[in-house]
Amino acid sequence: MSSESQRHQQESQRQESQWHSGGYGGPFTGIPFTNDDARFALPRIVSFQYIAAAIFLFLVVSYFMVQVRDGETNSLLAERNRVKTVPILAPRGKLLDRDGRTLVDSHSAYSVMLSREGFKEEHLAAIADGLHMAPQEILDRLKHSASRPRYLPVALKQELTPAEIAFVESHSDPATFPELELVESHRRVYPRNGMGAHVLGYVAEVSEQDLNSEAFAAYAQGDIVGKAGLERQYNDRLVGKDGQTRTVVDSSGRERQVLDRIEAMPGTDLTLSLDLDLQAVAELALEGQRGAVVALDPRTGEVLAMVSRPAYDLNIFSNHVSADYWKQLTEGDANPMLNRAIQAQFAPGSTFKPMVAVAALETGTIDENYALNCAGGANFYGRYFSCDLKTGHGHIDLHRALVESCDVYFYTVGNLLGVDRMAQYATLFGIGKRTGIDLPNEAEGLMPSMQWKRRVQHQEWYPGETISVAIGQGAVTVTPVQLASAIGGMVSGGIWYKPHLVKGADVGPPRRANLRPENIAAVVDGMYGVVNEGGTGASAHIDGIELSGKTGSAQRVSNELRKSGKLGKKELLDNGWFVGFAPRQNPEIVVAALIEGGEHGALVAPIVRDVVKSYFDKKLRLAPTTTKGPAPAPATPPIALLGSESTRVPARVLAGVKP
Amino acid sequence: MKISRYRSYLDMDWPLVLVTLLICVVGVMQIYSATHGTKWHDSWWKQIVWIGVGLGLMWAVMQVDYHTLLGQVPLLYVVSVSALLLLRLVGRMVFGSRRWIHIFGASFQISEFVKLVIILLVARYLSEMKGAGSGRDGLRPSDLWKLGGLVALPTLLVMAQPDLGTALTYLPVLAMGILLAGIRWQYLAVGALALTLVLPAGWYGLKEYQRARLVTFLDPERDPRGAGYQVIQSKIAVGDGGVWGRGMKQGTQTQLRFLPVPHTDFIFSAFAEERGFVGVVFVLGLYFLLLMQIADNAQRAPDRAGMYLCMGVAGLLLFHVLINVGMVVGRMPVTGIPLPLMSSGGSNLFSVFMMLGLVQNVRLRRFVR
Repeated sequence: MSSESQRHQQESQRQESQWHSGGYGGPFTGIPFTNDDARFALPRIVSFQYIAAAIFLFLVVSYFMVQVRDGETNSLLAERNRVKTVPILAPRGKLLDRDGRTLVDSHSAYSVMLSREGFKEEHLAAIADGLHMAPQEILDRLKHSASRPRYLPVALKQELTPAEIAFVESHSDPATFPELELVESHRRVYPRNGMGAHVLGYVAEVSEQDLNSEAFAAYAQGDIVGKAGLERQYNDRLVGKDGQTRTVVDSSGRERQVLDRIEAMPGTDLTLSLDLDLQAVAELALEGQRGAVVALDPRTGEVLAMVSRPAYDLNIFSNHVSADYWKQLTEGDANPMLNRAIQAQFAPGSTFKPMVAVAALETGTIDENYALNCAGGANFYGRYFSCDLKTGHGHIDLHRALVESCDVYFYTVGNLLGVDRMAQYATLFGIGKRTGIDLPNEAEGLMPSMQWKRRVQHQEWYPGETISVAIGQGAVTVTPVQLASAIGGMVSGGIWYKPHLVKGADVGPPRRANLRPENIAAVVDGMYGVVNEGGTGASAHIDGIELSGKTGSAQRVSNELRKSGKLGKKELLDNGWFVGFAPRQNPEIVVAALIEGGEHGALVAPIVRDVVKSYFDKKLRLAPTTTKGPAPAPATPPIALLGSESTRVPARVLAGVKP
Repeated sequence: MKISRYRSYLDMDWPLVLVTLLICVVGVMQIYSATHGTKWHDSWWKQIVWIGVGLGLMWAVMQVDYHTLLGQVPLLYVVSVSALLLLRLVGRMVFGSRRWIHIFGASFQISEFVKLVIILLVARYLSEMKGAGSGRDGLRPSDLWKLGGLVALPTLLVMAQPDLGTALTYLPVLAMGILLAGIRWQYLAVGALALTLVLPAGWYGLKEYQRARLVTFLDPERDPRGAGYQVIQSKIAVGDGGVWGRGMKQGTQTQLRFLPVPHTDFIFSAFAEERGFVGVVFVLGLYFLLLMQIADNAQRAPDRAGMYLCMGVAGLLLFHVLINVGMVVGRMPVTGIPLPLMSSGGSNLFSVFMMLGLVQNVRLRRFVR
């Protein structure tokens, strides 16, 4: 027997003896209860009392912290629990032309929002099906908004079709999908066919990148903002202030009572300086081309028309851009997204010559009678520079040199002036500087000088370059708006108003230059001759209107590259320019037109002619006391280019035929 | 039967009865406020009926000398365990767990009455035990194992219903008894060690929703519409009450149904919202008085068995209050145990009144010796 069992035996014997001596019975031994003393437990019961007191203290402190210390916060949370806030989206301001005609409007559309707090995974498939979305698309949208407070709903889909609206309306009840909410929103309606596309711009949901920029600091994800053009430039004025309705709801989303309703404040309408009539004429004139037209009023800087082609359809952009359309836009070298009116930088060619002429007269390098012999070309610094007219212009003075665009004359004058004095004047007129027009991303152009070459290219100026610059070639580049502004201000006697698209925009005081009127008159006479004395711009002539101007055709590649024969036919074509203004004295309108690959300015001149003609036609039509001559035929109602689905578009616009 | 032994109703613990009824009145008012206009709108008068029945049960328990009741422990124990086993076979599925039994059209929760049996069992075992409470050695390991095993069987059966919350309420009765009887600190240390080893293993034994509740307790924001919903909404409701409360029927969390069941397990949340911190302190004060009164009775008990009975009741009620009131402010995990005397529901009321009947029973016989 082991010691273990022995001890056990002893134990049980001891127990038994205690039992016999009147001791305690064992549990469930059937032995009657003994009257025992519970006093041994008294201190332990007191301990229990203290422990209980400590536990109650703990509970009271817990409630103190939640109810008294954090009471405010929890009250707010409770408030948010019971109040559902649904935004009333403010309509964006309209864009109107100078006569108050609507260019861009908003129309009502419905969006569906998803409350993330109420969203259940198992609803995903049914909701996606009803909204014609992929389930993954919904999940992506939720993921995208993960960083926003959960009680803010997420926009699932905009521009609902009637079927989708019906789906949301019939399923957003508390029993089915209470997380869905139908919200009225607004959709932008833009002119069709890309009319004014680059100027007007478009709207879309604000991007992550924009949100990080200072200009969009006040916006939140999901906000609709201007992405390009005026929509972007004047976004702050165009957006209104969203309103909201607050409704008391219970935990199942049932609406119990409307608390209050704050109406939305619509955005401010913008009246543009654009003239829809002129814009339409310019659009039609450029249809099917690659180029730009800018019409300014040099007396104010107001932009009357601005066209860039090819364009893109804003209505597609303000909605969902399909991959196909995006590919179509970005493929190839047409670059329809570029606003050529302010972003295309090309050599101005001969349109630069009037500026050189003014510089030469102002500096006294020549007088207006300065004449020379053009033999169809001349040698400068050991290199032969040919004239546009290979047979030569013969004896030629300043007036004829402008009218016939004689290169040799300007080579010589430019050589006498030197590049720095040319640069000094061209810069004064605005070449190589942003005009400061109220559109985003304007290009700068370039006016070279000796200092520029040293600073940027770290090379000394090569005197032969001066000869090229004198006819608007070489490094000098301008944008159409820059050219229109420079020439417009120059022929107005040396006063440059900042070009702008919104009427009443704060443009500050104009820039002024002291130019001698007789010098300006001499150059303006020359430009008048270009159109009206059988010059290079004769095709711009209009009976009864003193349209003056200057053609330009600028090579897009250097002569060396041209001779290498490596380029296709398209690259070899020159850019055609024409800049014109009217009337000759105190001009009211200046138009710059560019056609890429337009061969020669003479082919561009009719565009300017059409725009200027429609300007004066309209002026005549509107003049109350007009009695002389038959009233000109009214311009094509350009309204037809605008608006809704039902509006018919003139066939010739669709066909891309010029009028 | 030793009915003749009790003296007079004047000897009853009337302050205890008063405090009990005060808590019940607060409870009925809150049930009324939280359920008007809902499908539970008749809960408040049902509760009054149940309180009446509860008082009757309390009286009935007082009539039979607790020593007689202790003598029936083996029978009561066998009946309880059989009933729990039977429940696994015939119990109706209610709220996803087999815990209700239907007798005469009313639903009873067996596990609530098993609480009484556990209290009696522990009291009898410890009072009959040799050497216990001498303060020198404390409980022997063999007694610990035996008593532990006896309590563990119904606990596991209830846990398997599954009703973790109620099952857990049996353990404080056992713990209270062991601590009062005295135990070597080495055993406590070994027990604590075993618990830390068992806990991770226990994780795998839990049901999915039980795990979710535990995770939710640790981080309610993780799943605010799912398992964490109740805790978040409850905490908001409590905080919304502030110092003075929103007033009766004015709590938005309660009235707009953000609290899932504002008249049963989360009644204290609804109460805290409508009566504020002041009300909370008042009611917690009542519960504290209740416990102190029971402890007082334990100190005056004529014998060990009476002392163990009272303290078993006190331990169980303290546990109930701590878990439920703590849960409502997110300080304790959601275990689904009601607030004694306040939560709407018959079974818990009956068992609590019967426990209080036991305490009165002991009190009435304090001069018997």
